Amino acid sequence: MSHYLFILVGAVLVNNVVLVKILGLCPFMGVSKKLETAYGMGAATTFVLTMATGASYIIDHFLLIPFGLEYLRTLSFIVTIAAIVQLTEMVIAKTSPTLQQTLGIYLPLITTNCAVLGVPLLNISNNNNFVESLLFGAGSAVGFSLVLILFAGIRERVEGAEVPVYFRGVAIAMVTAGLMALAFMGFAGLDKYQ
Amino acid sequence: MLMNLFKCKGGVKPPTNKTQSITLPIATAPIPSRLVVPLHQSIGGTPRPIVQAGDQVLKGQLIGEADGWISAAVHAPTSGTVVEVAMHVQPHPSGLDAMCVVIAPDGRDEWIAHQPFDYANAAPEAVREYLQQSGVVGLGGAVFPTHGKLTPSKTVPMEELVINGAECEPFITCDDLLMRERAEEVVRGIGIFRDLLQPKKVLIGIEDNKPEAAAAMRAAVGALGEPFSVVVVPTLYPAGGAKQLIRVLTGKEVPAAKRSTDLGVQCFNVATAYTAWRAIAHGEPVVSRLVTVTGNVHAPRNYEVLIGTPMDELLQLATPHPDTDGIIMGGPMMGFLVPDRQVPVIKATNCLIAHDDRLFPPKPPEMPCIRCGSCAQACPHELQPFEMYWFSRAKNFGKTQEYHIFDCIECGCCSFVCPSRIPLVQYFRFAKSEIWAREREKNAADGAKARFEFKQLREEREKAEKAEKLAKAAAAQAAKKAAEAAAAAAAGEPVAEGAAAAEPVAAEASPVPVAVDPEKAAKMATIQAAMERAKAQREASQPKNTEALKSSQQKEIDEIEARRQAAHLTEAAPPAATGEKTE
Amino acid sequence: MEIVLAIAIMALGAVVLGAALGFASIKFKVEGDPLIEKIEAILPQTQCGQCGYPGCKPYAEAIANGDEINKCPPGGTEGVQRLADLLGREVKPLNAEEKPKQIAIIDEQTCIGCTLCIQACPVDAIVGAAKQMHTIVAPLCTGCELCLPPCPVECIRMEPIAENIDNWKWKYPVVEIKAAPLKEAA
Repeated sequence: MSHYLFILVGAVLVNNVVLVKILGLCPFMGVSKKLETAYGMGAATTFVLTMATGASYIIDHFLLIPFGLEYLRTLSFIVTIAAIVQLTEMVIAKTSPTLQQTLGIYLPLITTNCAVLGVPLLNISNNNNFVESLLFGAGSAVGFSLVLILFAGIRERVEGAEVPVYFRGVAIAMVTAGLMALAFMGFAGLDKYQ
Repeated sequence: MLMNLFKCKGGVKPPTNKTQSITLPIATAPIPSRLVVPLHQSIGGTPRPIVQAGDQVLKGQLIGEADGWISAAVHAPTSGTVVEVAMHVQPHPSGLDAMCVVIAPDGRDEWIAHQPFDYANAAPEAVREYLQQSGVVGLGGAVFPTHGKLTPSKTVPMEELVINGAECEPFITCDDLLMRERAEEVVRGIGIFRDLLQPKKVLIGIEDNKPEAAAAMRAAVGALGEPFSVVVVPTLYPAGGAKQLIRVLTGKEVPAAKRSTDLGVQCFNVATAYTAWRAIAHGEPVVSRLVTVTGNVHAPRNYEVLIGTPMDELLQLATPHPDTDGIIMGGPMMGFLVPDRQVPVIKATNCLIAHDDRLFPPKPPEMPCIRCGSCAQACPHELQPFEMYWFSRAKNFGKTQEYHIFDCIECGCCSFVCPSRIPLVQYFRFAKSEIWAREREKNAADGAKARFEFKQLREEREKAEKAEKLAKAAAAQAAKKAAEAAAAAAAGEPVAEGAAAAEPVAAEASPVPVAVDPEKAAKMATIQAAMERAKAQREASQPKNTEALKSSQQKEIDEIEARRQAAHLTEAAPPAATGEKTE
Repeated sequence: MEIVLAIAIMALGAVVLGAALGFASIKFKVEGDPLIEKIEAILPQTQCGQCGYPGCKPYAEAIANGDEINKCPPGGTEGVQRLADLLGREVKPLNAEEKPKQIAIIDEQTCIGCTLCIQACPVDAIVGAAKQMHTIVAPLCTGCELCLPPCPVECIRMEPIAENIDNWKWKYPVVEIKAAPLKEAA
């Protein structure tokens, strides 16, 4: 049981997909201007990433490996992810058009979010079973949402601060992200306790 | 009388500075050289002036009529001549002008005929209206028309009536002196409020730094045999805020979106009760009030001052020290420096403080917020001033509202305790007025949109109606022509060709009315086409048809022509046509 | 042979996913565009046409379809800012000069009562009848200036709205910077 807990904690905090593995930086910088959009993006990515890990595990184990088509992994994963993203976008367009508009280009870009492709591939290279894959996927997604929302909160506050002119906007955001990554390094070793 | 007091959160204890002005009894200020009475002295609508320059007025005469229910009448404070009704600078932080009635007193101070109001036999509505006509407003500083607060909630039974004699703000002692010297009338006034609201309990809250006032009120309550409880509350700024006093006395916390009546509580100031009693029992409208004159003066004292007295003249009575460089209206926590020394005393003026650098040393410059949280501990409303400050400063008004900026009563506790000397309240006022301005703009935009859409709708409807009218007229004319032609043929007149030519006209025209009746507007295009054809046909046949017209027929045709012309004109400019008709 | 198998499997995947998406597009069909209403709520509703569209709603539709957000001078820089926030676009400087809020005033001596301005006013803020003097209902006027060109006698002028106690706003606290008095050495 604790094994699964370690996978989860490891994915959320220790090996945080954004701040430690440096995957998925594009939406991390792009949609963290407002807390509201960060919530939406976090939810959308969590959904897509969890679905993608599950679907890719099934495809990998029941289609690609039996037929010896492992070389088609990246291609078939991307197609699956794209379909899931399309589905998510339709659902968001139906439920919250403003969120769709604010997420803008970043919503379809979840398709090319390297975190979403990277996590299923990591699952395979780690030889995770189905439950582990799902946990790792969900954990990574939660980790992504967590730092995205924290970062958006910080950025909203930084908006009100007296930042030197040349540091305003993306520059101070980069500095902030770097400091956050340093802070997350502090979790290293948390999942090694046996 | 013992009772449990509830705790009020936050608060500060600034030096009270009240002892200076309580040594002398209340004095009546002399009639000043001129009175400037602003018309807008209460929350709500601006009263309409009902006097003109040159009018003679008597003391207590109505000069401004209440505009709407939330508005209170304004009266002449003394007898004299109206000099002008004009814009004058107001005791308002903006330093802007507003409409005032300027009166040159004649010195006789002659009352208009007035008699007591028989309130025991009057309906509650009549009492409320009488109080409105007497200009009774909340004298604690908010100047909300009192009659508006005297309607009990229909759904919630009135539990407690809270009478505010706390007077928590430093320097101010006018309520203290009022309770000491005129306790009986205050208690009688509270009796009126009790009769109108029918509460289960009446609680009079007085801070424990005014033992004489509390004793006087207890004595008056006892003498009149009223079941009111006089409760001494701990001295803590801002215990005299309505919501704070309600909280301390009843334990009820009034939420932001609700009024205190929704919780079965109502709160009035002692001075309001006093003026209500004067109005009811003596028929005297609110023409004067008690004002504490203190600060950098030789003889701080409370004066009974006519509304409209220039502040400068009032201050002279207490002989200010020569280094006085301004007048603060209100207390040091919530008051403001008046923009001009000549501004008049209004109903909201409870205190004038002569300002100088010794009493109020200039604030050292603002330092950055260190997020120490002192302001949050001091805030009586349990807000987070440092967060509201952060977002007000960044002009992120949506966020300030998320931190409940509209629950802020601007008491100034946060600015008082701030170690970085940040003028927090100024930031909050700025944010609030920006949000209000936005709200106004939003409402204006919504109204404009509604009117624009209505105009479009109306124009479309008018167009459709016009087309319909034209089609009908044309059809009628064509039918008439056909009938004439038929009549001519039947009469056997020697215009056989004419009759033959007229037949197709009738044939062409007859389908038109059929087409017109159902779905008139929708078939406008076909109608127009039919009309054109009918017209062409008619013109072709006209020479033959009109050769032998009788004078009556000719007249008819002329009339139709005139109508048609009128109809065409209408199309170009509708109001012009109506104008012609009326001529 | 392997190639055929690979193609077949990918095709199968494509068909399954395509069917799923097709079903979803029917199930989650969006009717109307609620975004337009949100955009319109930000626009100032002056109906002035300075954006090049006949009214605020057409402009809102145009924005939703990708038009620039900086074409509304009455909305001001702040309006552009709010549109940018809503739509997640870049803030652009206004394409025209920002004017203070103003209202139209009819010089009632000169007015000949032609009713042309009444027809031009998009928000019915002018009252009057033919050959009677017209006047502006000040609280309803949006300051769109549409009544200026039709007036044949040029009796309408625009005046900025004066500040009064009701619309006065607290100013942003400004820290005064003063030279501190020099302390003499003890």
